Amino acid sequence: MSKTDFLNIVPLFILTSSAILIMFSISVKRNHKMIYVITALSLVADFIYIVQYNAKIKWVIEPLFVFDGFAVFNMGLILMTALAVTMISFAYFEQREERKEEYYILLILATLGACVLVISKHFISLFLGLEILSVSLYSMIAYLRRREKSDEAGLKYLIMAAFSSAFILFGMALVYAQCGSLEFNGIAKYLTGYTQIPILLLTGFGLMIVGIGFKLSLVPFHMWAADVYEGAPAPVTAFIATVSKGGVIVLLVRFFTLINGYQYQSLMLIFTAIAIASMFIGNFLALRQRNVKRILAYSSISHIGYVLVAFLAGGSMGVEAVSFYLVAYFITTVGAFGILSTLSDHDRDADHMEDYQGLLWKRPWTAAILSAMLLSLAGIPLTAGFIGKFYLIAAGVNTDRWLLVSMLALNSAIGLFYYIRIIAVMFERHEGEEERQDVLHPSVYIISGVTMGMLVALLLWVGVYPEWMMSVIRTYVHN
Amino acid sequence: MVLLLFIIILMAGGVVAWIASRFNETVGKIIALLTVSADLALSIMVWLNRQAYLDSSQDQWMMRFNAEWIPTFGISVSFALDGLSLLMIMLTFFLGVLAVLTSWKEIEYRTGFYYFNLLWVLAGITGVFLTMDLFLFYFFWEVMLIPMYFLIGVWGHENKTYAAYKFFIFTQASGLLMLLAILSLYFIHGSANGTYTFNYFELLNTTYSPEVGRLLMLGFLAAFVVKLPVVPFHTWLPDAHSQAPTAGSLILAGLLLKTGAYGLLRFVVPFFPEASLELAPVAMLFGVIGILYGAILAFSQTDFKRLVAYTSVSHMGFVILGVFAFNELAWQGVVMQMITHGISTGALFILAGSLYERIHTRDITSMGGFWARMPFMAVIALIFSMASLGLPGLGNFVAEFLTLLGSWSANRTLTIFAAIGLVGATAYSLRIMQKIYYGEARMDPHRSSHSQDLGTREKLIFIPMVLLIVWLGVYPQVFIDTAKRPVNDGLKLSEQKIRKSFEAREAVLNQKGGAHE
Repeated sequence: MSKTDFLNIVPLFILTSSAILIMFSISVKRNHKMIYVITALSLVADFIYIVQYNAKIKWVIEPLFVFDGFAVFNMGLILMTALAVTMISFAYFEQREERKEEYYILLILATLGACVLVISKHFISLFLGLEILSVSLYSMIAYLRRREKSDEAGLKYLIMAAFSSAFILFGMALVYAQCGSLEFNGIAKYLTGYTQIPILLLTGFGLMIVGIGFKLSLVPFHMWAADVYEGAPAPVTAFIATVSKGGVIVLLVRFFTLINGYQYQSLMLIFTAIAIASMFIGNFLALRQRNVKRILAYSSISHIGYVLVAFLAGGSMGVEAVSFYLVAYFITTVGAFGILSTLSDHDRDADHMEDYQGLLWKRPWTAAILSAMLLSLAGIPLTAGFIGKFYLIAAGVNTDRWLLVSMLALNSAIGLFYYIRIIAVMFERHEGEEERQDVLHPSVYIISGVTMGMLVALLLWVGVYPEWMMSVIRTYVHN
Repeated sequence: MVLLLFIIILMAGGVVAWIASRFNETVGKIIALLTVSADLALSIMVWLNRQAYLDSSQDQWMMRFNAEWIPTFGISVSFALDGLSLLMIMLTFFLGVLAVLTSWKEIEYRTGFYYFNLLWVLAGITGVFLTMDLFLFYFFWEVMLIPMYFLIGVWGHENKTYAAYKFFIFTQASGLLMLLAILSLYFIHGSANGTYTFNYFELLNTTYSPEVGRLLMLGFLAAFVVKLPVVPFHTWLPDAHSQAPTAGSLILAGLLLKTGAYGLLRFVVPFFPEASLELAPVAMLFGVIGILYGAILAFSQTDFKRLVAYTSVSHMGFVILGVFAFNELAWQGVVMQMITHGISTGALFILAGSLYERIHTRDITSMGGFWARMPFMAVIALIFSMASLGLPGLGNFVAEFLTLLGSWSANRTLTIFAAIGLVGATAYSLRIMQKIYYGEARMDPHRSSHSQDLGTREKLIFIPMVLLIVWLGVYPQVFIDTAKRPVNDGLKLSEQKIRKSFEAREAVLNQKGGAHE
């Protein structure tokens, strides 16, 4: 391993070593605050390292990893999101009795898995990353063992994820049988000779799409999403919705652009169908829910569908749009689940509509932040979500994907219904203050407060002055 | 710079009023009032000096403001003011002051947040009237939507949640179609000329095939006809208007609907003159249907606010009739209609609000005989019902007369039917007077709250409105002059564009013919 190899891979080392460090420190003394600080610091350190090192040239570690701007940017994004999740986790787990410290090991390992996904250029590293991520998630989802729903969700995720891994593996095997290569580049080279994908290869891709679709909870592989979102602890749900999906999307973009999937009608057709189905079914199912976590689960299905629009649009603008949308979506989703977890109490998460009734008058700041997040999800101006959606549409229009773009616009309108419904509930008149004790009402931890404040500031900043974020994305993506 | 100031004053005033009323609600109200008054004063000052501004510029635009916002996408903070937008923002601030005044006593719940929303709606509307960047236009289009949603949803009447929902979904969905059209325009322009920009003046020069033009126009049209509203898309309006608090109805009817009309004049026709010309007969037909349908439905309502809401549908029919008549007279009529309808319908909504404050119902079948007990209010009501039915001497007459005169040369049959609408207007206006102010008293005359005439604050609201509507009716020349340049230039531009594309097509035909021989 050369020195540059090492310097590039340091971010992964930082994560692994901090996981080990936490393990040791737990064996010495259980101290939640201490573990939390170590986690946060290592994530920050990792992020700073990435920004500082800032590989201006693409670096490849054969045959597994590639460090290009796109990968580095998304790695940074994943780290920052993991940091935000850590921040909201502290207050959330502090008020619960279970042993909390091991959670952070899992969190860091899951982040590591997502980072590996982002930089992989080989089926082996892809699979390793995916498994590190999934295995950590199994236990994170079921972390609050005393809750029935949490157990159920964990088990459900375990079974489904195991199945999807099997699909991916089988798909890889078929691809290997046809191309004789497990490397993305090798597959791409094999494919250059074909104007149509050979049937065996298509089968392999199809099986892999099933697995990937499961990870992204795309329709028709979305069945697990609502139950898992509902059962998992709120910060973990935030993590599933953001980091785990983001890593897979980046991988998908990398693979698809490398093999230049845009020229194959069969692949485009499959993804177009999946995107449209995800948008519609996600939104329609969300309309029918009364549980906030389930609403957000279904809305995340449709949001990934939106991202696919820019992904299918392709080109440099498509990649930019995907990155930008991920940023906006991550900020918003972590923010929304962050609020949800600050409202939760020992027994259950605040996921009933009733928990939000008249929230604006009881806790104006909390309600204002949640409204901002929901408006951003709905794509209303002044928020990052609006610019993100604008970017997606722009990318789609740029390459004449009219069908997808008009579906996106239509679905944005449908999506408004349920976001606005939550906001409407929060704005309902609430005259009496006396029923306070009935409502979930934990003390708000300063850390969560600061995190939320920063997220909402970021949301507005990116929404009002997106130029900065765009130029960052552009400098990274285009080198 | 002044243009930016208009919006910043409102936005900042909204925030300050919100903060101030956490400590003292009266201070919050006063700040809100001062904010809008400052803008009104500023706009009147601009209006008084309009000639000087016009002389200093070469074209119809009195003032411009430009600053970069998101240069990557060619998005800038770009404002410009001409006679049309000047009239519109003066109307905005005038009705804005009245909106603050009508809310003075009506709103007791969370006043700070209320005035914040009120001022931000006004800011959004001002932005829509001033901006010359299509991205920013969409941005303001949305900015005026959300506070309005809250105004209806939090401070509205019994069925407010449903009404707010409906309003939001209708306008948002149609707005998204406009966004699609804006984006396509942006990309078409960019790929043809190499510069990607959302600037209005640049995009005006975009050329496209007639088919594309038709599609794009439909995108823009969707947003504007829902806002206006044109008949099949009007169902949000009666709900939103009747459920909103008084100031909300005032702003909805007086200003929000006008953004649709403004959009037609400013964007649809200049951008797509050919497609508009093709669509004109259909659009005018829908205008006439709206006039008649709105009048009939207005006549059959029992809820006072719903009744007034349907009169808006009817009156806005004249707007679309006039816009698609494509001549100066009709367009001047449209501009006048925008102003006079804002004032007369606004006044009727305030009257409905004042009545509601006194008797807590909007059901006109349970009213009656108020003339004897509230003579001042009754006289005001009489003036504005007469305005609404188009009595000569009041502003609406001028507006509707000009529109009909203009549309006569464009389409005679439809104009005849539109004129019948005036009879309908007479019927429902007289019904207002008949049911509410004449007839037998159905309410207990001994309850003092039932028979209080207008107070000083209310008189202060109505008297300027009366003066203005009379001025508009007796001497509308000032307003017509102000709007003359923009109206003529807009028409001239459209005509040039149509001629150019016609010539281009002819040239192609000739060429083909030549090749054939």
